[in-house]
Amino acid sequence: MSDTLHFLSIADLERQTLLDLMRLADAFKEVAERPIPKVPALRGKTVATLFFEPSTRTRLSFETAAKRLSADTMTFTAATSSLSKGESLRDTIETIDAMGIDAMVIRHASAGVPSTIRQWTSASVVNAGDGQHEHPTQALLDCYTIREALGRDDLTGLKVGIVGDVRHSRVARSDVLALDLLGAEVVLVGPRTLLPPSLEGWPAKATSDLDGVLDQLDVVYLLRIQQERANAALLPSLDEYHERFGLTRERAARLGEQVLVMHPGPMNRGVEIAPEAADLPSSLITRQVRNGVLTRMAVLFHLLASGQSLVVPIEEAASA
Amino acid sequence: MAERERRLTRPAGRVFVARAQVMDADAVARALRRIAHEVIERNHGLSGVVVVGLQTGGVPLAERLVELLKDIEGVDVPLGSLDVAFYRDDIGLRPVLPEEVTSIPVDLTGKTVVLVDDVLFTGRTVRAALDALADHGRATAVQLAVMVDRGHRELPIRPDFVGKNLPTRRDELVDVGPDGVSLGEFTDERPGGLR
Repeated sequence: MSDTLHFLSIADLERQTLLDLMRLADAFKEVAERPIPKVPALRGKTVATLFFEPSTRTRLSFETAAKRLSADTMTFTAATSSLSKGESLRDTIETIDAMGIDAMVIRHASAGVPSTIRQWTSASVVNAGDGQHEHPTQALLDCYTIREALGRDDLTGLKVGIVGDVRHSRVARSDVLALDLLGAEVVLVGPRTLLPPSLEGWPAKATSDLDGVLDQLDVVYLLRIQQERANAALLPSLDEYHERFGLTRERAARLGEQVLVMHPGPMNRGVEIAPEAADLPSSLITRQVRNGVLTRMAVLFHLLASGQSLVVPIEEAASA
Repeated sequence: MAERERRLTRPAGRVFVARAQVMDADAVARALRRIAHEVIERNHGLSGVVVVGLQTGGVPLAERLVELLKDIEGVDVPLGSLDVAFYRDDIGLRPVLPEEVTSIPVDLTGKTVVLVDDVLFTGRTVRAALDALADHGRATAVQLAVMVDRGHRELPIRPDFVGKNLPTRRDELVDVGPDGVSLGEFTDERPGGLR
Protein backbone atom coordinates (compact mmCIF):
# COMPACT_ATOMS: atom_id res chain seq x y z
CA MET A 1 0.00 0.00 0.00
CA SER A 2 1.49 3.27 -1.04
CA ASP A 3 -0.94 5.58 0.69
CA THR A 4 -1.04 4.70 4.35
CA LEU A 5 -4.35 5.42 6.02
CA HIS A 6 -4.58 6.87 9.53
CA PHE A 7 -7.33 7.37 12.08
CA LEU A 8 -6.49 10.51 14.03
CA SER A 9 -9.59 12.56 14.75
CA ILE A 10 -13.29 12.81 14.14
CA ALA A 11 -12.66 16.29 12.74
CA ASP A 12 -10.95 14.60 9.73
CA LEU A 13 -13.91 12.33 9.01
CA GLU A 14 -16.83 12.70 6.71
CA ARG A 15 -20.27 11.55 7.71
CA GLN A 16 -20.16 8.75 5.15
CA THR A 17 -16.90 7.34 6.56
CA LEU A 18 -18.45 7.27 10.02
CA LEU A 19 -21.49 5.41 8.65
CA ASP A 20 -19.29 2.98 6.69
CA LEU A 21 -17.25 2.17 9.80
CA MET A 22 -20.43 1.47 11.76
CA ARG A 23 -21.69 -0.79 8.98
CA LEU A 24 -18.38 -2.63 9.04
CA ALA A 25 -18.75 -3.02 12.82
CA ASP A 26 -22.11 -4.73 12.18
CA ALA A 27 -20.26 -7.47 10.30
CA PHE A 28 -17.91 -7.89 13.26
CA LYS A 29 -20.85 -8.07 15.63
CA GLU A 30 -21.95 -11.24 13.84
CA VAL A 31 -18.37 -12.57 14.13
CA ALA A 32 -18.38 -11.89 17.89
CA GLU A 33 -21.52 -13.98 18.32
CA ARG A 34 -19.95 -17.12 16.85
CA PRO A 35 -18.46 -19.97 18.88
CA ILE A 36 -15.09 -19.02 17.36
CA PRO A 37 -15.22 -15.21 17.34
CA LYS A 38 -12.21 -14.76 15.12
CA VAL A 39 -11.52 -14.20 11.41
CA PRO A 40 -8.24 -14.48 9.47
CA ALA A 41 -8.55 -11.04 7.84
CA LEU A 42 -5.34 -9.48 9.24
CA ARG A 43 -3.17 -12.59 9.37
CA GLY A 44 0.48 -11.60 9.13
CA LYS A 45 -0.13 -7.99 10.17
CA THR A 46 1.28 -6.59 13.39
CA VAL A 47 -0.47 -4.00 15.52
CA ALA A 48 1.53 -2.24 18.24
CA THR A 49 -0.20 -0.47 21.09
CA LEU A 50 1.93 2.38 22.43
CA PHE A 51 0.50 3.80 25.62
CA PHE A 52 2.39 6.72 27.10
CA GLU A 53 -0.42 7.23 29.59
CA PRO A 54 -2.16 4.68 31.79
CA SER A 55 -5.20 2.90 30.37
CA THR A 56 -6.62 -0.55 30.75
CA ARG A 57 -9.82 -0.68 28.82
CA THR A 58 -8.76 1.12 25.67
CA ARG A 59 -5.57 -0.90 25.35
CA LEU A 60 -7.25 -4.23 26.06
CA SER A 61 -10.04 -3.30 23.67
CA PHE A 62 -7.57 -2.59 20.83
CA GLU A 63 -5.58 -5.73 21.57
CA THR A 64 -8.72 -7.86 21.61
CA ALA A 65 -9.84 -6.27 18.35
CA ALA A 66 -6.47 -6.97 16.70
CA LYS A 67 -6.41 -10.57 17.94
CA ARG A 68 -9.94 -11.27 16.71
CA LEU A 69 -8.73 -10.18 13.28
CA SER A 70 -5.77 -12.60 13.61
CA ALA A 71 -3.20 -9.79 13.73
CA ASP A 72 -0.18 -10.11 16.00
CA THR A 73 0.03 -7.56 18.78
CA MET A 74 2.90 -5.79 20.48
CA THR A 75 2.51 -3.83 23.66
CA PHE A 76 4.54 -0.86 24.72
CA THR A 77 4.06 0.89 28.04
CA ALA A 78 6.03 4.00 28.81
CA ALA A 79 6.83 3.08 32.39
CA THR A 80 8.80 -0.06 31.52
CA SER A 81 10.40 1.31 28.35
CA SER A 82 13.64 2.96 27.34
CA LEU A 83 11.81 6.29 27.56
CA SER A 84 12.52 6.06 31.26
CA LYS A 85 16.21 5.77 30.30
CA GLY A 86 15.93 9.06 28.41
CA GLU A 87 15.28 7.86 24.84
CA SER A 88 13.44 10.46 22.79
CA LEU A 89 9.92 9.83 21.50
CA ARG A 90 11.17 9.93 17.93
CA ASP A 91 13.87 7.33 18.55
CA THR A 92 11.34 5.10 20.31
CA ILE A 93 8.93 5.30 17.37
CA GLU A 94 11.65 4.75 14.78
CA THR A 95 12.91 1.72 16.71
CA ILE A 96 9.46 0.17 16.81
CA ASP A 97 8.87 1.06 13.17
CA ALA A 98 12.10 -0.73 12.23
CA MET A 99 10.68 -3.95 13.62
CA GLY A 100 8.17 -3.88 10.79
CA ILE A 101 4.71 -3.16 12.09
CA ASP A 102 1.54 -2.26 10.23
CA ALA A 103 -0.35 -0.13 12.73
CA MET A 104 0.54 1.89 15.81
CA VAL A 105 -2.17 2.64 18.34
CA ILE A 106 -1.05 5.70 20.31
CA ARG A 107 -2.21 7.11 23.64
CA HIS A 108 -0.32 10.19 24.81
CA ALA A 109 -0.85 12.97 27.33
CA SER A 110 -0.07 15.66 24.76
CA ALA A 111 -2.43 16.73 22.00
CA GLY A 112 -1.15 16.16 18.48
CA VAL A 113 1.39 13.43 19.26
CA PRO A 114 -0.28 10.76 17.06
CA SER A 115 -0.35 13.22 14.18
CA THR A 116 3.35 14.05 14.66
CA ILE A 117 4.30 10.40 14.83
CA ARG A 118 3.07 9.85 11.27
CA GLN A 119 6.29 11.43 9.96
CA TRP A 120 8.44 8.84 11.72
CA THR A 121 6.76 5.64 10.64
CA SER A 122 5.32 3.97 7.58
CA ALA A 123 2.67 2.28 9.73
CA SER A 124 -0.96 3.37 10.01
CA VAL A 125 -1.40 5.52 13.11
CA VAL A 126 -4.49 5.29 15.29
CA ASN A 127 -5.20 7.93 17.92
CA ALA A 128 -6.28 6.21 21.14
CA GLY A 129 -6.52 9.51 23.01
CA ASP A 130 -4.17 12.49 22.82
CA GLY A 131 -4.19 15.00 25.67
CA GLN A 132 -7.32 17.11 25.67
CA HIS A 133 -7.64 16.89 21.91
CA GLU A 134 -9.55 13.82 20.69
CA HIS A 135 -10.38 10.18 21.37
CA PRO A 136 -11.94 9.26 18.04
CA THR A 137 -12.49 5.52 18.57
CA GLN A 138 -14.43 6.31 21.77
CA ALA A 139 -16.74 8.58 19.76
CA LEU A 140 -17.15 5.90 17.11
CA LEU A 141 -18.13 3.28 19.68
CA ASP A 142 -20.48 5.74 21.40
CA CYS A 143 -22.24 6.55 18.14
CA TYR A 144 -22.40 2.86 17.27
CA THR A 145 -23.96 2.11 20.66
CA ILE A 146 -26.60 4.82 20.23
CA ARG A 147 -27.32 3.67 16.67
CA GLU A 148 -27.66 0.08 17.89
CA ALA A 149 -30.04 1.08 20.70
CA LEU A 150 -32.21 3.18 18.38
CA GLY A 151 -31.90 1.04 15.27
CA ARG A 152 -31.24 3.93 12.90
CA ASP A 153 -28.27 5.68 11.22
CA ASP A 154 -29.62 9.18 11.18
CA LEU A 155 -29.71 10.81 14.60
CA THR A 156 -31.45 14.00 13.48
CA GLY A 157 -33.41 15.51 16.34
CA LEU A 158 -31.81 13.34 19.01
CA LYS A 159 -30.87 15.36 22.11
CA VAL A 160 -27.71 14.27 23.85
CA GLY A 161 -26.53 15.80 27.13
CA ILE A 162 -22.82 15.43 27.85
CA VAL A 163 -22.40 16.06 31.56
CA GLY A 164 -19.21 16.70 33.50
CA ASP A 165 -15.70 17.93 32.87
CA VAL A 166 -16.21 18.87 29.25
CA ARG A 167 -13.34 21.35 29.18
CA HIS A 168 -10.61 18.78 29.80
CA SER A 169 -12.32 15.93 27.98
CA ARG A 170 -11.08 14.52 24.69
CA VAL A 171 -14.04 12.13 24.80
CA ALA A 172 -16.48 15.05 24.87
CA ARG A 173 -14.77 16.80 21.96
CA SER A 174 -14.78 13.72 19.74
CA ASP A 175 -18.34 12.83 20.73
CA VAL A 176 -19.67 16.30 19.97
CA LEU A 177 -18.07 16.27 16.52
CA ALA A 178 -19.29 12.75 15.71
CA LEU A 179 -22.83 13.31 17.00
CA ASP A 180 -22.99 16.53 15.02
CA LEU A 181 -21.99 14.64 11.84
CA LEU A 182 -24.89 12.26 12.44
CA GLY A 183 -27.37 15.07 13.02
CA ALA A 184 -27.83 14.92 16.81
CA GLU A 185 -28.06 18.02 19.02
CA VAL A 186 -25.65 18.17 21.92
CA VAL A 187 -25.96 20.09 25.18
CA LEU A 188 -22.85 20.34 27.32
CA VAL A 189 -23.65 20.40 31.03
CA GLY A 190 -21.30 21.19 33.90
CA PRO A 191 -20.06 23.80 36.31
CA ARG A 192 -18.79 26.86 34.51
CA THR A 193 -15.22 26.04 35.50
CA LEU A 194 -15.45 22.74 33.63
CA LEU A 195 -17.19 23.95 30.45
CA PRO A 196 -15.14 25.13 27.46
CA PRO A 197 -14.34 28.86 27.80
CA SER A 198 -15.73 29.38 24.30
CA LEU A 199 -18.01 27.24 22.18
CA GLU A 200 -16.05 28.01 19.04
CA GLY A 201 -15.38 24.68 17.33
CA TRP A 202 -17.97 22.95 19.48
CA PRO A 203 -21.21 22.42 17.55
CA ALA A 204 -23.21 22.36 20.79
CA LYS A 205 -25.01 24.42 23.41
CA ALA A 206 -23.90 24.69 27.02
CA THR A 207 -25.59 25.10 30.39
CA SER A 208 -24.86 24.73 34.08
CA ASP A 209 -28.41 23.75 34.94
CA LEU A 210 -28.70 19.98 34.65
CA ASP A 211 -32.21 19.85 36.10
CA GLY A 212 -33.33 22.47 33.60
CA VAL A 213 -32.45 20.31 30.58
CA LEU A 214 -32.70 16.77 31.97
CA ASP A 215 -36.32 16.23 30.90
CA GLN A 216 -35.55 17.08 27.26
CA LEU A 217 -32.69 14.63 26.85
CA ASP A 218 -32.78 11.35 24.92
CA VAL A 219 -29.25 10.39 25.95
CA VAL A 220 -27.44 11.28 29.19
CA TYR A 221 -23.71 10.89 28.69
CA LEU A 222 -21.73 11.20 31.92
CA LEU A 223 -18.04 12.00 31.91
CA ARG A 224 -15.60 10.84 34.55
CA ILE A 225 -14.78 13.44 37.18
CA GLN A 226 -11.16 13.38 38.18
CA GLN A 227 -10.21 13.95 41.77
CA GLU A 228 -7.45 16.29 40.57
CA ARG A 229 -10.07 18.80 39.38
CA ALA A 230 -11.37 19.21 42.91
CA ASN A 231 -7.82 19.57 44.14
CA ALA A 232 -7.20 22.26 41.52
CA ALA A 233 -10.12 24.25 42.94
CA LEU A 234 -12.22 23.83 39.78
CA LEU A 235 -14.81 22.01 41.87
CA PRO A 236 -16.00 22.78 45.37
CA SER A 237 -16.14 19.12 46.39
CA LEU A 238 -17.05 15.78 44.88
CA ASP A 239 -20.12 15.55 47.10
CA GLU A 240 -21.41 18.87 45.94
CA TYR A 241 -20.69 17.88 42.34
CA HIS A 242 -22.75 14.75 42.80
CA GLU A 243 -25.65 16.80 44.16
CA ARG A 244 -25.64 19.30 41.30
CA PHE A 245 -24.38 17.33 38.29
CA GLY A 246 -24.40 13.67 39.18
CA LEU A 247 -26.99 11.19 37.94
CA THR A 248 -28.42 10.74 41.41
CA ARG A 249 -31.04 8.16 42.27
CA GLU A 250 -33.69 10.90 42.12
CA ARG A 251 -32.60 12.14 38.71
CA ALA A 252 -32.37 8.58 37.39
CA ALA A 253 -35.97 8.04 38.51
CA ARG A 254 -37.04 11.14 36.58
CA LEU A 255 -35.62 9.82 33.31
CA GLY A 256 -38.08 8.14 30.97
CA GLU A 257 -37.52 4.48 30.21
CA GLN A 258 -36.36 5.37 26.71
CA VAL A 259 -33.58 7.66 27.91
CA LEU A 260 -30.17 6.09 27.36
CA VAL A 261 -27.46 6.38 30.01
CA MET A 262 -23.84 6.23 28.87
CA HIS A 263 -20.38 6.60 30.40
CA PRO A 264 -16.93 6.11 28.82
CA GLY A 265 -15.50 4.52 31.97
CA PRO A 266 -13.89 4.10 34.34
CA MET A 267 -16.84 5.14 36.52
CA ASN A 268 -16.66 6.86 39.87
CA ARG A 269 -19.81 5.49 41.39
CA GLY A 270 -21.14 8.04 43.85
CA VAL A 271 -19.60 11.01 42.01
CA GLU A 272 -20.92 11.41 38.46
CA ILE A 273 -23.32 8.49 38.76
CA ALA A 274 -25.22 7.01 41.71
CA PRO A 275 -24.14 3.44 42.48
CA GLU A 276 -27.50 2.00 41.33
CA ALA A 277 -27.98 4.22 38.27
CA ALA A 278 -25.17 2.55 36.34
CA ASP A 279 -27.06 -0.75 36.48
CA LEU A 280 -30.40 0.53 35.19
CA PRO A 281 -31.83 -1.36 32.21
CA SER A 282 -31.46 1.78 30.09
CA SER A 283 -27.76 1.96 30.91
CA LEU A 284 -25.63 1.15 27.88
CA ILE A 285 -22.34 1.18 29.76
CA THR A 286 -21.44 -2.50 29.32
CA ARG A 287 -22.62 -2.42 25.71
CA GLN A 288 -20.24 0.47 25.13
CA VAL A 289 -17.37 -1.75 26.26
CA ARG A 290 -18.48 -4.64 24.03
CA ASN A 291 -18.99 -2.32 21.07
CA GLY A 292 -15.53 -0.84 21.67
CA VAL A 293 -14.02 -4.11 20.44
CA LEU A 294 -16.31 -4.27 17.38
CA THR A 295 -15.72 -0.69 16.30
CA ARG A 296 -11.95 -0.96 16.81
CA MET A 297 -12.00 -4.09 14.65
CA ALA A 298 -13.73 -1.96 12.03
CA VAL A 299 -11.07 0.76 12.30
CA LEU A 300 -8.14 -1.68 12.08
CA PHE A 301 -9.73 -3.56 9.19
CA HIS A 302 -10.51 -0.30 7.41
CA LEU A 303 -6.91 0.92 7.79
CA LEU A 304 -5.08 -2.31 7.02
CA ALA A 305 -7.30 -4.32 4.74
CA SER A 306 -10.03 -2.41 2.96
CA GLY A 307 -7.45 -0.80 0.66
CA GLN A 308 -9.77 2.10 0.06
CA SER A 309 -7.00 4.35 -1.16
CA LEU A 310 -5.91 1.82 -3.77
CA VAL A 311 -6.55 2.26 -7.42
CA VAL A 312 -6.61 -1.24 -8.88
CA PRO A 313 -5.54 -1.70 -12.50
CA ILE A 314 -8.15 -3.58 -14.48
CA GLU A 315 -5.93 -6.59 -15.22
CA GLU A 316 -5.41 -7.22 -11.52
CA ALA A 317 -9.05 -6.69 -10.70
CA ALA A 318 -10.14 -9.15 -13.37
CA SER A 319 -7.84 -11.92 -12.17
CA ALA A 320 -8.82 -11.57 -8.53
CA MET B 1 -19.97 -12.28 -5.23
CA ALA B 2 -16.78 -12.34 -7.22
CA GLU B 3 -18.49 -10.78 -10.19
CA ARG B 4 -20.03 -8.04 -8.15
CA GLU B 5 -16.77 -7.21 -6.42
CA ARG B 6 -15.05 -6.75 -9.72
CA ARG B 7 -17.75 -4.38 -10.77
CA LEU B 8 -17.29 -2.39 -7.58
CA THR B 9 -13.54 -2.19 -8.03
CA ARG B 10 -13.55 -1.24 -11.66
CA PRO B 11 -11.24 1.57 -12.63
CA ALA B 12 -13.00 4.90 -12.58
CA GLY B 13 -14.71 5.80 -15.82
CA ARG B 14 -15.13 2.23 -17.06
CA VAL B 15 -18.52 0.63 -17.24
CA PHE B 16 -19.91 -2.86 -17.65
CA VAL B 17 -21.59 -3.32 -21.00
CA ALA B 18 -23.55 -6.46 -21.81
CA ARG B 19 -22.63 -7.92 -25.22
CA ALA B 20 -24.94 -10.92 -25.33
CA GLN B 21 -27.65 -12.55 -23.28
CA VAL B 22 -26.79 -16.21 -22.75
CA MET B 23 -29.74 -17.27 -20.58
CA ASP B 24 -33.10 -15.55 -20.27
CA ALA B 25 -35.14 -15.48 -17.07
CA ASP B 26 -37.02 -18.67 -18.03
CA ALA B 27 -33.80 -20.56 -18.72
CA VAL B 28 -32.47 -19.55 -15.28
CA ALA B 29 -35.73 -20.70 -13.66
CA ARG B 30 -35.57 -24.07 -15.46
CA ALA B 31 -31.92 -24.58 -14.53
CA LEU B 32 -32.69 -23.77 -10.91
CA ARG B 33 -35.56 -26.26 -10.86
CA ARG B 34 -33.28 -28.96 -12.30
CA ILE B 35 -30.65 -28.13 -9.65
CA ALA B 36 -33.31 -28.47 -6.94
CA HIS B 37 -34.16 -31.97 -8.18
CA GLU B 38 -30.47 -32.86 -8.35
CA VAL B 39 -29.91 -31.69 -4.77
CA ILE B 40 -32.78 -33.88 -3.56
CA GLU B 41 -31.56 -36.85 -5.62
CA ARG B 42 -27.93 -36.53 -4.46
CA ASN B 43 -28.87 -36.29 -0.79
CA HIS B 44 -31.70 -38.89 -0.85
CA GLY B 45 -34.16 -36.25 0.33
CA LEU B 46 -33.44 -33.11 2.29
CA SER B 47 -32.72 -34.39 5.77
CA GLY B 48 -29.81 -32.42 7.29
CA VAL B 49 -29.52 -30.13 4.25
CA VAL B 50 -28.79 -26.39 4.78
CA VAL B 51 -28.67 -23.93 1.87
CA VAL B 52 -26.17 -21.07 2.14
CA GLY B 53 -26.00 -18.26 -0.43
CA LEU B 54 -22.78 -16.36 -1.03
CA GLN B 55 -23.14 -12.58 -0.70
CA THR B 56 -24.36 -11.01 -2.76
CA GLY B 57 -25.02 -12.79 -6.08
CA GLY B 58 -25.68 -16.19 -4.53
CA VAL B 59 -28.24 -15.00 -2.00
CA PRO B 60 -31.27 -14.46 -4.29
CA LEU B 61 -30.53 -17.76 -6.04
CA ALA B 62 -30.31 -19.54 -2.67
CA GLU B 63 -33.67 -18.04 -1.68
CA ARG B 64 -35.26 -19.31 -4.87
CA LEU B 65 -33.64 -22.73 -4.45
CA VAL B 66 -35.14 -23.06 -0.96
CA GLU B 67 -38.60 -22.17 -2.32
CA LEU B 68 -38.25 -24.80 -5.05
CA LEU B 69 -37.13 -27.43 -2.54
CA LYS B 70 -40.22 -26.62 -0.47
CA ASP B 71 -42.38 -26.93 -3.61
CA ILE B 72 -40.99 -30.29 -4.57
CA GLU B 73 -40.50 -32.03 -1.22
CA GLY B 74 -42.67 -29.94 1.12
CA VAL B 75 -39.72 -29.45 3.45
CA ASP B 76 -38.48 -26.13 4.91
CA VAL B 77 -34.73 -26.16 4.43
CA PRO B 78 -32.75 -23.74 6.65
CA LEU B 79 -31.37 -20.82 4.62
CA GLY B 80 -28.24 -18.82 5.44
CA SER B 81 -26.06 -16.21 3.79
CA LEU B 82 -22.31 -15.89 3.93
CA ASP B 83 -20.01 -12.93 3.32
CA VAL B 84 -16.45 -14.11 2.84
CA ALA B 85 -14.65 -10.74 2.83
CA PHE B 86 -12.73 -11.49 6.03
CA TYR B 87 -11.49 -14.82 4.62
CA ARG B 88 -10.24 -13.71 1.21
CA ASP B 89 -6.64 -14.34 0.23
CA ASP B 90 -6.30 -11.05 -1.63
CA ILE B 91 -6.79 -8.74 1.36
CA GLY B 92 -4.29 -5.93 0.95
CA LEU B 93 -3.98 -6.53 -2.80
CA ARG B 94 -7.24 -4.84 -3.65
CA PRO B 95 -10.19 -3.30 -1.83
CA VAL B 96 -12.05 -5.88 0.23
CA LEU B 97 -15.13 -4.90 2.19
CA PRO B 98 -18.05 -6.99 3.38
CA GLU B 99 -21.28 -6.35 1.50
CA GLU B 100 -23.65 -7.69 4.09
CA VAL B 101 -23.65 -9.28 7.49
CA THR B 102 -23.28 -13.06 7.48
CA SER B 103 -26.25 -14.99 8.80
CA ILE B 104 -25.98 -18.73 9.48
CA PRO B 105 -29.14 -19.75 11.38
CA VAL B 106 -27.96 -23.19 12.58
CA ASP B 107 -24.83 -24.91 13.83
CA LEU B 108 -23.47 -26.61 10.72
CA THR B 109 -21.96 -29.55 12.59
CA GLY B 110 -23.34 -32.76 11.08
CA LYS B 111 -25.21 -30.91 8.32
CA THR B 112 -24.88 -31.07 4.54
CA VAL B 113 -24.31 -27.55 3.25
CA VAL B 114 -25.31 -26.61 -0.28
CA LEU B 115 -23.30 -23.51 -1.06
CA VAL B 116 -24.90 -21.34 -3.76
CA ASP B 117 -23.20 -18.71 -5.91
CA ASP B 118 -24.06 -17.01 -9.17
CA VAL B 119 -20.79 -17.44 -11.04
CA LEU B 120 -17.88 -19.84 -10.48
CA PHE B 121 -14.66 -18.34 -11.87
CA THR B 122 -11.23 -18.64 -10.22
CA GLY B 123 -12.59 -20.55 -7.23
CA ARG B 124 -11.05 -18.14 -4.73
CA THR B 125 -14.38 -16.98 -3.34
CA VAL B 126 -15.40 -20.61 -2.79
CA ARG B 127 -12.06 -21.34 -1.08
CA ALA B 128 -12.70 -18.42 1.27
CA ALA B 129 -16.27 -19.64 1.80
CA LEU B 130 -15.03 -23.10 2.83
CA ASP B 131 -12.82 -21.48 5.49
CA ALA B 132 -15.68 -19.28 6.65
CA LEU B 133 -18.09 -22.23 6.88
CA ALA B 134 -15.62 -24.13 9.06
CA ASP B 135 -15.99 -21.41 11.72
CA HIS B 136 -19.71 -22.23 11.94
CA GLY B 137 -19.24 -25.93 12.69
CA ARG B 138 -17.98 -29.10 11.02
CA ALA B 139 -20.34 -29.88 8.17
CA THR B 140 -20.59 -33.51 7.10
CA ALA B 141 -20.36 -32.42 3.47
CA VAL B 142 -20.29 -29.21 1.47
CA GLN B 143 -21.75 -29.21 -2.05
CA LEU B 144 -21.44 -26.35 -4.50
CA ALA B 145 -24.25 -25.10 -6.75
CA VAL B 146 -23.61 -22.33 -9.29
CA MET B 147 -25.73 -20.83 -12.04
CA VAL B 148 -22.75 -20.30 -14.36
CA ASP B 149 -19.39 -22.08 -14.47
CA ARG B 150 -17.22 -19.87 -16.63
CA GLY B 151 -13.92 -21.77 -16.26
CA HIS B 152 -10.46 -20.28 -15.53
CA ARG B 153 -10.09 -22.05 -12.19
CA GLU B 154 -6.99 -21.19 -10.14
CA LEU B 155 -7.71 -23.74 -7.39
CA PRO B 156 -8.79 -27.39 -7.36
CA ILE B 157 -12.49 -26.63 -6.90
CA ARG B 158 -15.36 -28.06 -8.92
CA PRO B 159 -19.11 -27.48 -8.68
CA ASP B 160 -21.60 -30.27 -7.86
CA PHE B 161 -24.57 -28.58 -9.54
CA VAL B 162 -24.25 -26.27 -12.56
CA GLY B 163 -26.91 -24.19 -14.31
CA LYS B 164 -24.81 -23.63 -17.42
CA ASN B 165 -21.21 -24.18 -18.47
CA LEU B 166 -20.16 -21.02 -20.26
CA PRO B 167 -16.80 -20.76 -22.03
CA THR B 168 -15.48 -17.21 -21.56
CA ARG B 169 -12.43 -15.07 -22.10
CA ARG B 170 -10.67 -14.10 -18.90
CA ASP B 171 -11.38 -10.42 -19.37
CA GLU B 172 -15.07 -10.89 -20.02
CA LEU B 173 -17.64 -10.42 -17.32
CA VAL B 174 -20.66 -12.57 -16.51
CA ASP B 175 -23.66 -10.88 -14.98
CA VAL B 176 -26.43 -12.91 -13.34
CA GLY B 177 -29.51 -10.84 -12.60
CA PRO B 178 -33.26 -11.24 -12.29
CA ASP B 179 -33.62 -11.00 -16.08
CA GLY B 180 -31.17 -13.77 -16.84
CA VAL B 181 -27.47 -14.15 -17.56
CA SER B 182 -25.48 -11.90 -19.85
CA LEU B 183 -21.91 -11.80 -21.02
CA GLY B 184 -20.12 -8.52 -21.44
CA GLU B 185 -16.99 -6.59 -20.61
CA PHE B 186 -15.61 -3.45 -19.09
CA THR B 187 -15.29 -0.70 -21.59
CA ASP B 188 -14.62 3.01 -21.78
CA GLU B 189 -17.77 3.35 -23.84
CA ARG B 190 -21.00 4.37 -22.27
CA PRO B 191 -23.99 2.06 -22.67
CA GLY B 192 -25.58 2.76 -26.01
CA GLY B 193 -22.25 3.10 -27.77
CA LEU B 194 -21.71 6.81 -27.07
CA ARG B 195 -18.08 7.80 -26.67
